[in-house]
Amino acid sequence: MLLSRVADSLYWISRYLERAEHSARLVAVAVDQGLGRAPFAGSAVERLYQSIGLESGSQDLSALAGGALFDLTNRNSVVSGVTAARENARQVREEISTPMWEQLNALFLRTKQMREEGSWGARIHHVSRTIIDGVRLFKGITNGTMSHGEGWQYLQVGHYLERSSATASLLTLFVPEGTGSMNMPEPRDQVEWVTLLESCSALEAYCRYYTADVRAGRVTEFLLLNPEFPRSVRFSAVQLEGALRQLARYSTRTGGRAERLAGRLRASLEYAQVDEILNDDPQAYLTNISRQCSQIHSAVHQSYVSYSIESALPA
Amino acid sequence: MSSQGSSLKLVPPLQSARSEHPVSAFFSHYMLDSAYDEMFDAEWRARPHYRALIEELLVTSPEVLRQRQLEADRAFITQGITFTVYGDDQGTERIFPFDLLPRILTGREWDTLERGLAQRLTAVNLFLKDIYHEGRILSEGVVPPDLVYSCRHYRREMRGVRVHKDIYVSIAGTDLIRLEDGQFVVLEDNLRVPSGVSYMLANREVTKRVFPGLFTRYNVKPIAHYGQSLLATLRTLTPANRAEPTIVVLTPGVGNSAYFEHAFLAREMGVPLVEGRDLLVYDNVVYMRTTSGLRRVDVIYRRVDDDFLDPLAFRADSYLGVAGLLNAYRAGQVSLANAIGTGVADDKAVYAYLPAIIKFYLSEEPILSNVQTYLLDNPSDRSYVLDHLDSLVVKAVGESGGYGMLIGPHSTRQQREEFRAQILASPRNYIAQPTLAFSRAACFMETGIEPRHIDLRPYVLFGDRVTTVPGGLTRVALRKGSLVVNSSQGGGSKDTWVLAD
Repeated sequence: MLLSRVADSLYWISRYLERAEHSARLVAVAVDQGLGRAPFAGSAVERLYQSIGLESGSQDLSALAGGALFDLTNRNSVVSGVTAARENARQVREEISTPMWEQLNALFLRTKQMREEGSWGARIHHVSRTIIDGVRLFKGITNGTMSHGEGWQYLQVGHYLERSSATASLLTLFVPEGTGSMNMPEPRDQVEWVTLLESCSALEAYCRYYTADVRAGRVTEFLLLNPEFPRSVRFSAVQLEGALRQLARYSTRTGGRAERLAGRLRASLEYAQVDEILNDDPQAYLTNISRQCSQIHSAVHQSYVSYSIESALPA
Repeated sequence: MSSQGSSLKLVPPLQSARSEHPVSAFFSHYMLDSAYDEMFDAEWRARPHYRALIEELLVTSPEVLRQRQLEADRAFITQGITFTVYGDDQGTERIFPFDLLPRILTGREWDTLERGLAQRLTAVNLFLKDIYHEGRILSEGVVPPDLVYSCRHYRREMRGVRVHKDIYVSIAGTDLIRLEDGQFVVLEDNLRVPSGVSYMLANREVTKRVFPGLFTRYNVKPIAHYGQSLLATLRTLTPANRAEPTIVVLTPGVGNSAYFEHAFLAREMGVPLVEGRDLLVYDNVVYMRTTSGLRRVDVIYRRVDDDFLDPLAFRADSYLGVAGLLNAYRAGQVSLANAIGTGVADDKAVYAYLPAIIKFYLSEEPILSNVQTYLLDNPSDRSYVLDHLDSLVVKAVGESGGYGMLIGPHSTRQQREEFRAQILASPRNYIAQPTLAFSRAACFMETGIEPRHIDLRPYVLFGDRVTTVPGGLTRVALRKGSLVVNSSQGGGSKDTWVLAD
């Protein structure tokens, strides 16, 4: 039994942190691409920023990185994510462990300090690394110090829901519109697909699976359908469904709708084939996944947080 | 008198160390006057229970202490033990300044305090029951009825309401000061939602980290069981026929400057921390909204003021409370700690009657005295006070936090004239007291070890029995010469040790 408000905050803590980590990694990859001056890298960088709501336009790389890292008015920026996660943690301070709170608070103070120092331009890598490490440490502390009970499952739901939808929307910007074969990438494409893999921390894992032969179809398959890679949409959907099933066990309320939607998403990914997706309309397919993610979000909210009082009064 | 030589000469174990040890310069700014000094007596002899601390200080370099101060401050920041500065849109969070050096009380000193506090709170609970029911103390003329009925915190809604076990005040935080002769007196009773207990506990944790060695030299009574004691006290309020009560802490929310404490206490007790929006009342039963549907709530440790508790009964513009809570409470379906309307008993004018209240209900002499208090709706007191505004302290009866206060000796003519006009306009709203020399304790300041004025707020729990965790919050007026210990006015705090003699 958890307070609905607490469940909601736990869910958002991990969503926001996952988002902050994701944005921090995108910035690091984007800066690398810019520095390496790889031919045609520009467009991939542009897409990375686009995926977190920044339009490159005429801005220089450093201004873009600044926006993605430290712009409080950008909801997807690192500082927004960390601040919102910490604010949610503050509201459920009694539900999370003290080491968890101290780590999140330290990450917040560090981020704020880096933002105020202002001289991060020359060491964006360091900044992004600090944030990614901070989030990972928080996850480790969470797994090691918090009971894996109902509250922890809400953290998992937020975590994997954010990850499924982030990976899916990033992919959306890389797969071509309409139908067509993507099996033989141009050299320029290859750079882009490598960038995509890197921004999901997936390059090494991909290479071990398929060798360094980077191809559009395989990348799509890996990030969308791989059952073992922790950032693939399918992996996240499996975890998400598992966490929702656990949640339903704790509650006397029926969470059936969220569980059913997550199960359907998981099953559709398990039985999907990448050729079919690519030959049909990959953009539409990915957009559909993002839509399903937001349906699951609403269903969780309606079942456990914002249910009507009439439906819950004693008979 | 305040030279380093004389300050150390009379500390016997240190005599030899004085000349060759550079750190004795540490005490060069220490000074004594008529105020009671917690560390030295009037002849500069260290009080016995402070000797081990002084010895520790003399073998510690200022740099090391400064380092420890930084560590302590950092510990508060990473733990998020901060308060938000109101009116600052950058969301600046500050720590409540912490002084490294513990304030030490002997077991004997503590015993008197403990008995005196228990006596006082017992009388307060009898008083509250009386004035909200038959009003014996009023009809017998011990306390003037109009004083009670004109109090801003008197709640008509509580007339005739049966309060579970007649416990009105479950949690009190009484402010004590020490006069020139070393005697403790009560300065103020806080009987509504006293705060600061989390700082008492946090200060101890930090002191343990920065002075691990000292604890082996002192036998300090533990305070860490406060959470369990609080929970046990709240359990005694369980309404009849509710076997396994659901207990919650009700907070105004993260915006409140004491939010850290609310969350801290909920954690310590292992109970949910709720906000008004998590609760609802249906058919006079209070429920909280959980992931498993609605769950009945039996006992609420509320950290929300009466005014904001129930928009249907009190302030209609409150978003912090729960609509219908008062009715559920009157129906006996839920218990509140503290009860509604306890503020009458900590009104600063009613305070003046506390010794009489103790005698009336308990037929005992008060163990702890009051500070002499002038009531300004009494004509002779009033004319005396108006003639001596430059030497007295004037306080508004309903205020706290060091606001609404005139400290005569530190005031300007204009401030005195303003207070004079206010007193004449509403005499019931003010009291006056002599300007007291609070005791002073050694503090670690920029220039070395210096004495600063302090008070003491022990936390008293009233359930099936009275529990006072040995210690309390020692607040420090960090500004030199200042008598105001409130955090909003440059105050800080330090750890408080009670020794097991």
